[in-house]
Order: sequence, then structure tokens, then C-alpha cells
Amino acid sequence: MKHTLSILVNNHPGVMSHVSGLFTRRGYNIDSIAVGVTDNTEVSSMTIVLNGDDFVVGQVKNQLLKLPDVLRVQDMAYASSVQRELVLISFSITENNRSEALTICNGFDVKILEMTEDSLLIEFSGNSRQVTNIISVLKPFGIREISRTGQIAIAYRNQNSV
Amino acid sequence: MSSTTEAITGGRLMVELLEEAGVEIVFGYPGGAILPFYDELYHSKKIKHILVRHEQGAVHMAEGYARSTGKLGVCIATSGPGATNLITGLTDAKLDSIPILAITGQVATDAIGTDAFQEADIFGITIPITKYNALIKKADDLARHFEEAIKIAMGGRPGLVLLDFPKDVQTQKTSVRKATALKIAPHHYERPKVKGDPQEFAEVLNQAKRPLLYVGGGAINSFASAEIKALAEKANAPVTTTLMGLGAFPGTHPLSVGMLGMHGTAYANKAVLECDYILNLGARFDDRVAKYQDFAPNAIRAHVDIDAAEFNKRINVDHILHGDLKDAIREILPFVKGGDRTSWIENIQSLKKNHPLDFDNSGDSIKPQDFLQRVYAKTKGEAIVSTDVGQHQMWAAQYYLFDRPNTWLTSGGLGTMGYGLPAAIGAKFGNPDKTVICVTGDGSFQMCIQELATIAQSKLGVKILLFNNNFLGMVRQWQELFYEERFSESQWTYNPNFVKLAEAYGIPAMKIEHKSEIEKGVDFFLKDSGSALIEVMIPAEEKVFPMIPAGKSQQDLIEFKDLGKFKK
Repeated sequence: MKHTLSILVNNHPGVMSHVSGLFTRRGYNIDSIAVGVTDNTEVSSMTIVLNGDDFVVGQVKNQLLKLPDVLRVQDMAYASSVQRELVLISFSITENNRSEALTICNGFDVKILEMTEDSLLIEFSGNSRQVTNIISVLKPFGIREISRTGQIAIAYRNQNSV
Repeated sequence: MSSTTEAITGGRLMVELLEEAGVEIVFGYPGGAILPFYDELYHSKKIKHILVRHEQGAVHMAEGYARSTGKLGVCIATSGPGATNLITGLTDAKLDSIPILAITGQVATDAIGTDAFQEADIFGITIPITKYNALIKKADDLARHFEEAIKIAMGGRPGLVLLDFPKDVQTQKTSVRKATALKIAPHHYERPKVKGDPQEFAEVLNQAKRPLLYVGGGAINSFASAEIKALAEKANAPVTTTLMGLGAFPGTHPLSVGMLGMHGTAYANKAVLECDYILNLGARFDDRVAKYQDFAPNAIRAHVDIDAAEFNKRINVDHILHGDLKDAIREILPFVKGGDRTSWIENIQSLKKNHPLDFDNSGDSIKPQDFLQRVYAKTKGEAIVSTDVGQHQMWAAQYYLFDRPNTWLTSGGLGTMGYGLPAAIGAKFGNPDKTVICVTGDGSFQMCIQELATIAQSKLGVKILLFNNNFLGMVRQWQELFYEERFSESQWTYNPNFVKLAEAYGIPAMKIEHKSEIEKGVDFFLKDSGSALIEVMIPAEEKVFPMIPAGKSQQDLIEFKDLGKFKK
């Protein structure tokens, strides 16, 4: 089962190694990791997605909390948080399927960043399922390059709003 | 961020901060990248520096000092090879939760990352083995890092911290000498409040008919011996300790069932099988103790620990109390009731009677168990004992009964050969008035043998009990029992003349080979307060029993009396 952990850490060199190293040496696999500084420049926010049962996630949380640079660990329940990922996709088009591609892009609320005679470069953000979905829909066109940010997440303030 | 005063060099500040932290002794080895600090240390009147012969010795000495005194141990090395030589000892301290501050020199900040002379990324290398580590890039950050590091080393579950100081940071001037804001969260250093319901926790113990207390190294770190004794006596519950917990409960107490686990007593391991309630006090269900989820299969399992990550890590437990052990027991105690446990105590007594620690002492050869019993008698059990790793370690754990905490120094988690001699040296520096004995074997002894020079240089009174069987004894034991006696590379076909070697370092030494010489040997070795080495020749085929084969559980325990059966 996938779990999303939102982790606040001190923003200085080596913290990323400490966190990712913890996963490596205990044999836990990271599906995605995204890091960015918060409004406080001394604090960064990390979103880590991992696959594991409740036991594994409990262990990960406990071990993370032992790292002095980790200030807070939150297990984000899918239903009570916003989870987003940004993806940039460059894919091939031909004269024949250009309008079909554009229709799809429209339907997915995609931002078009570049269009050439034989390619489209698009930007899309959504939850992981949506991102995976658009990639599979565009696959038949011929994907040239993909860059995904990894998932970020934030909890709803009002936990009853969903 | 700080109060400012007259600017001083980083190196000067490092010395002053150590002094302010109450550090009285440090173990180290100088080198280029740490020279500015050493130059300042030269002027310190408060800090004594012990010059070691190898950096691994420095960490183990710091460990021996910390374990025997309960204070912070400090070790120092230069950059590159100096720092990497610390690694084994650092990992040892990590696994046994010993509070150690390691200080390393680093190449100058502008040379970092260029593969400079004697450069190693010790920050990166030690990430997996430290509780906390940091590379300090500005002298202005020194005060904060020191405070954080020491708080982290001593706070919560104690551990190892490493601070890496580039050479130019040691010469830079700074006037920031006191941290006003720490960047770490309070739960990393503040003493946690006990979480859980002590009353409910105690009720389960009260209802138990056959309770067993299982005491680990956390009891030593938490200075909780008095509380454990009070709890055991009030609840009328037998107590077994782990290898790390020896001394946390008096080994001679009527409720003591000795050590449990792979080479624990048969009666402790059988008590684990029979108990209906097991209360883990500061142990971690280590794999040498609790092999399977069916550990203590008939028991309700309860666990008190300061480290929440230890709960349900290897063995599922039914009741949890999170917090410092001493505090937690104090909170439980008022709710604990005595109860009639006569039949359980009688059961334990008959286990002790029917399954005693045993060995064959017929014949002329010296049996290490016998020798250790006599050392115990002669020292009245009051010595501090360090060991290396192997058969001698387990015999010492079995036959020297530890009545007091902080008197048993052994490498429990990592199993580090070479630990014993330097640990004894560190302990002797911390406890100059006590008898300190290093029990070692011919294999382990040679791993840090160069520290004999440290003993000689400081005119230290460390007693060395060297059991020599010209083998890696524990390896041989496994090869005999599980590898059809193929003694692949476990026999020393060359050993030095240990007596002459000790004498070369100015340490009186003697070798004995026959049972008739035991008294003479014990007397020689313990006769005065000076250093001495006794080399005791023991039979290579002598084995450590009982034994739970690796990967097996308490059910599969082999006792001395079962040996014949097992070998078929």
C-alpha cells in the first residue's frame, strides 16, 4: 500500500543524505521524493512516497523521528490531503494526429509549452493516478522524454471538508 | 544569535567548550588537520589527553570510560586515515548506545572535495553509524554544534555523535561562544515524559502468575538499577538480564536467573519458555536473545523503552510504556502488588538446580570457567571487567557475577574483537581506585595489542587475563558443532610469546598451563595495583555452554550435559 509522508527537516547540507540513507540501510524503498524550502528558509519540506504495510510505515516514521534534523513527520491520508505531481512530457505528433493530440490535451487541462511540426511539449499537474493516466494516453503517440517531480502533499486544514 | 565577547580562534573555543561541558579526559591521536586544536589543548589545565597508538583504541577507551562512569566519552582523530580508523569503534558505540563525542580534523574548507592530502568524507561515511554528525564550516557555528552534539549524545537513548572540523575553522576567529538557538527539535534532547498508563501497565504484572523481568542495557544507561531491584522485590518476580544488562540487577540476588540468550543460562532460557508475563526493561529483543516472534510463547509481553522505534520492531508486544526507564518504573511501582508467587519461585529454583552452568573440571588442564570463578572470589566481585569477543567473553559473562551496574564492559551489539584492552584502559582512567580486568583471548588481544604502550606510558594498573588456546575459539566451536570439524583458518600456527611481549612494554607477565598453577597465577595477576598479564593456556576443545544455535530459539538450547547427544 502506498503511503505519503510529509516531513519537515532542517535546511542544510547532508540532511537529504541522512533521510535517504535511513531508507537505504533499513531496506525500505522510496517511490518518490520531493524536496523544497518552506517559507522559513531554515526549514525544508520533504514529501516521500513509499510502498509498505502499516508496520513498515510505522517503523519508517519512528526511525525518521530519531534523526535530529527531522522536525516533524506526518503520514498523509489520501482522503484528507491534496497530493500533486508535476510532469513535463515531450511526445511525437504527425499531421494526421495533431488535432487528436490537442483534443486530449484540452480534455486533461494540459498546458502546452512548445509545439513544433512533429512534437508537443506539455506540462501537467495532478495526483499520481492522473499523471500515470495521461502518460498512458499519450504513449501511443511516441513519448520522447518525461520528467516527473515526484509527489508533494499538504493536509487539508479542515479534515471534514472531504 | 548569541552573546558576543572577545574573538578567539575556533581551536581555542573547541577546548573551552569541552571544558565547559565538564570533559576531563579525552583519548586521541594528533595529525595535520587537527593540529590547531591540539595546539590549544596543550594549554588546557582541565583536560587530560591520553595519547593512544591507534585511533580504534581511542574510541574503545572513550567507550570504556563512558560505560564505567556514565559520563560522555570523547575521542579525537585527524582527517582522512585518522578519521577512518575510528569507524569500527564508532559503529560499536552506535550499536551499544554509548554516549561518545568524536572530534575529527578535516582538510581546509577550500580543499574539501578536491581529494586533498588526507581527505576523507567522514561526514558522509559516518551518516549511517552516528546518532548525529556535522561538518562545521564556520567558527561562528561551533558553539551551537557543540551544544547540539553533546545534548544529542547524552539525551534520550544515548549514542554517538561526530563533529568534523576543517583546519581553517580551527584557526578562524569567532566571538560567538554560546548558542542561543538550537536547530534541533526538543524531543531530541529533552527528557521525555512517560507515555502510557502506568497503573494499567502494573495491573497486568499484578495478574501474572509467572512473571519474568528481562533487563537490558537501557537499565545501565538510565541508572535504573535501584528501581529495578525495588520492582523485582515488590512484585516477587525473577530477573534475567541480557549481555548488555549484566550488573543492572545483582547477579547474586536470590531472584536473579542470570543472563538469557544464545549463551545465557539454561534456567533463564527455560524461564522464558515457562513465564506467563515477560516485562522487557530497556532491552531491544535482540536476535541473540529473541529469535522468533514466538519468543516467550506463553507470555503476555510488555516493554518499557526510551526509544519508541524499538516497540514492535522485532517482536510484537502487548503493553507499552514509552519513556526513561528510571522514571517509568517509579511510576509503575506504586501500583505493583506482591501476590503469591511461591510455586513460580520454587519452579525457578528447581530449574536452577537441575540445569546449572556446568563444565568438566577433571584432568590437569586449566578450565577458563574455573579460573574466572577464582578471579571472582579473589576480587570479591568488585572489579570492573572488560572483555573482547569470543568464548572468553561468554565465560566471563557466565562466571563473573555482576552485582553492580557500570562494571561490565563488553561489545554486545557489534561484537568487536579488539574492544577489551582499550575499554579497560578507558575504564581505569575513569576509575583509578578500582581493579580493572581485561578478559581477552589470543585472537582478540592481537587486534588492539599496541595499546599496551598506552598502559605503559601512563603507568596504568590494568590487569590482563589472556586465555590462550591457539585458536579463534568461538569460530572453532562453531566449526566443530556445525561444520563437521573443518577448522578452516581458525588455528593460529603462530602466536607471539605473550609474556615476553608484555614485558617488552614493562608489564609483568606470567604464563600458566596446569591446574596446579591456578592459585599462583591468580595471586600473581592480582597481587598489587600495578598492571599485569596472566596468560592461561586452555584446551582448544573447551566450549561455551549452554548454547542456542544461531537461528534457533529457546526450545533448541543445548546444555553441557546434552553435548554427547548433540554430537551424534
